[in-house]
Amino acid sequence: MISRRSFCKKSILILGGIAVPLAALELFDPKKLAADRSGPSTVRWVFLVDTHKCVGCGFCVKACKIENEIPYDANVSRTWVERYVVTRDGKVHIDSPKAARDGFTSTSIDQGALGMLKIENSDIDKAFFVPKLCNQCDNPPCVQVCPVGATYQTSDGVVLVDRSWCIGCGYCVMACPYGVRFFHPVYHAAEKCNFCYHRISKGMKPVCVEACPFGARRIGNIRDPNDPVTRIIMTERVNVLKEEYGTKPQVFYVGLTREVK
Amino acid sequence: MVHGEAWTVKELFVYPNEYIYWTIQIVMYPFMTGLVAGAFVLSSLYHVFGVKQLKEIARFSLVFSFALLPVAMMPLLLHLQFPLRGIEVMLTPHFTSAIAAFGIVFTSYGMIVASELWFVYRRYFVETALDLRKATQRGVTQQARYLLYSLLTLGAWDIGEHALEKDERAVKMLAGLGIPVACFLHGYAGFIFGSVKANALWMTPLMPVIFICSAVVSGIALCIITYIATMELRTLRARKRQQRPESGADTEMQSNEIQVVTMTSRYLLMFLVLAITLELLDLIFRGYTAVKSWDILRSVIYGKDFVNIFVIQYGLGNLLPFILLLLPRLTIRRTVAGTLLVLLGVFMMRWNVVIGGQAFSSSFAGFMHYHLPIWPESLETFKEGLAGALLVAATPFVLFWGLCKILPVFPVDESR
Repeated sequence: MISRRSFCKKSILILGGIAVPLAALELFDPKKLAADRSGPSTVRWVFLVDTHKCVGCGFCVKACKIENEIPYDANVSRTWVERYVVTRDGKVHIDSPKAARDGFTSTSIDQGALGMLKIENSDIDKAFFVPKLCNQCDNPPCVQVCPVGATYQTSDGVVLVDRSWCIGCGYCVMACPYGVRFFHPVYHAAEKCNFCYHRISKGMKPVCVEACPFGARRIGNIRDPNDPVTRIIMTERVNVLKEEYGTKPQVFYVGLTREVK
Repeated sequence: MVHGEAWTVKELFVYPNEYIYWTIQIVMYPFMTGLVAGAFVLSSLYHVFGVKQLKEIARFSLVFSFALLPVAMMPLLLHLQFPLRGIEVMLTPHFTSAIAAFGIVFTSYGMIVASELWFVYRRYFVETALDLRKATQRGVTQQARYLLYSLLTLGAWDIGEHALEKDERAVKMLAGLGIPVACFLHGYAGFIFGSVKANALWMTPLMPVIFICSAVVSGIALCIITYIATMELRTLRARKRQQRPESGADTEMQSNEIQVVTMTSRYLLMFLVLAITLELLDLIFRGYTAVKSWDILRSVIYGKDFVNIFVIQYGLGNLLPFILLLLPRLTIRRTVAGTLLVLLGVFMMRWNVVIGGQAFSSSFAGFMHYHLPIWPESLETFKEGLAGALLVAATPFVLFWGLCKILPVFPVDESR
């Protein structure tokens, strides 16, 4: 028979025991592990790419690799430039040799394992260049799928990766429809463009914007109506990549054609 | 060399950062998890639904499921770039990620199987410990066994009729609870793929269901094949012990074996039909709706991966074993061939989903080919190559052998 004293004693012990793991649960509240996006921010970084102005020189890619310590010869890059050559028979030929790090030095199209494809000038209907980088989506699938919250979004919209927290599962790489993510060859953590966050947060421009001699790349704050980039996005015909995925990309393109995917 | 470059060959236009990032280990992950879930479902058919004919294989598959359990996370650890940080998925899960559920589902499932095993074997633990206690002089091994079994009883020494009835009820309840958790364990593995909207091949709500059905198929097939192997070994041992070519005991054993195998094969066929139907439905649906991605998917399914999908997976892995197992007068030899082919089919299904899903670029303009690293030239090619896959495949059998030393899967004598 249990006595009242013993019952009370045991009840207090049990309640205390339950309270300890409950307190532990508080420590692991996932909401607190994700970067807090609720705070008021007057900045939302957006990017504007003018495909009419890009000549495929690759200065942006080169500058990005050096600035962000992506090994120069590694076959990965935070940003790249695609070349589109549409021939008279309606075929679209695309390439980006070495991410266009050295620009397009050959008129032949790099087809990977299938070798180089020579296209006669007379067969070309149109040709143009399209720079690509992380879209810093408003609804980023990479942030959604990261199992530990190593990929997170800041209040100004930029998606960052915490190298010391990434477990290297590759789920974010798989989830990105734009193929911008990769594993850093040295740090082995998931890597991507972050609009040069270390620069823009200090009032500087991303290094690719600085390096572009033709003004094909620009960065702006969509929450500032007087920002020149915002004015273009609001008043001109701009487009985004792969809108159908619902990721709400924040890299806007001027002169995007139907061939670009 | 960047991660993935060692085994990826690119063709036409592929985004510069795209490689086959999810390799053989991610094929092994759903395959092994499927085996765990399937083996458990098979054991539950007896424990929950009272399919008496499966009594013999029920305990076997439960122990086997437990041996397979730790192996479910082995491919993930081998795949991670930072395996030592893998535990963070359990400690600080980010719940919008499908992978974050892994810790919870995996641990819950593990606890359910462990508890069920304990209830199933409690009587055996108590009886063995009591037998060993009776022995006046115990050697080191016997003493160790005595301590182990005494510990395993967890202080519950009552093996009266009432207590054993309670055990049975607990087993039934845990097995019942285990079925949805096992399905969830594997269903969410399918969800990991099915929810990747960036991948046209994976993106289907049918993915978790397809995964569950094929999981049950593979789990049952593996249990059958291991059961046959174990029974054959037992028969061989019995013959050796009796020094006679044929004896009444092993003939009885063999007839019992074929009965169990035939019955289990019927369940295998049932789930096989369900799995194939769903997979074909998905394929037909994609072709019928023909959304934007269908052009590149069609070129992969009917072109680049034709042999893998239609010849190996559907032909060798589904149709042929279906015929082999369906034909009357099933023999052990035919069952072995059939179940091995079924396992091949399920493995190829995983392969075609995981590797096939990465065979085309997100640019929809190029392809990637995966060349499985055979000879491990570095730690990376070991982990993500043939050697790593074989290591994962062999581990459950070693664990099963070890577990069988403590938890005999066949009755020691009739009273137990």
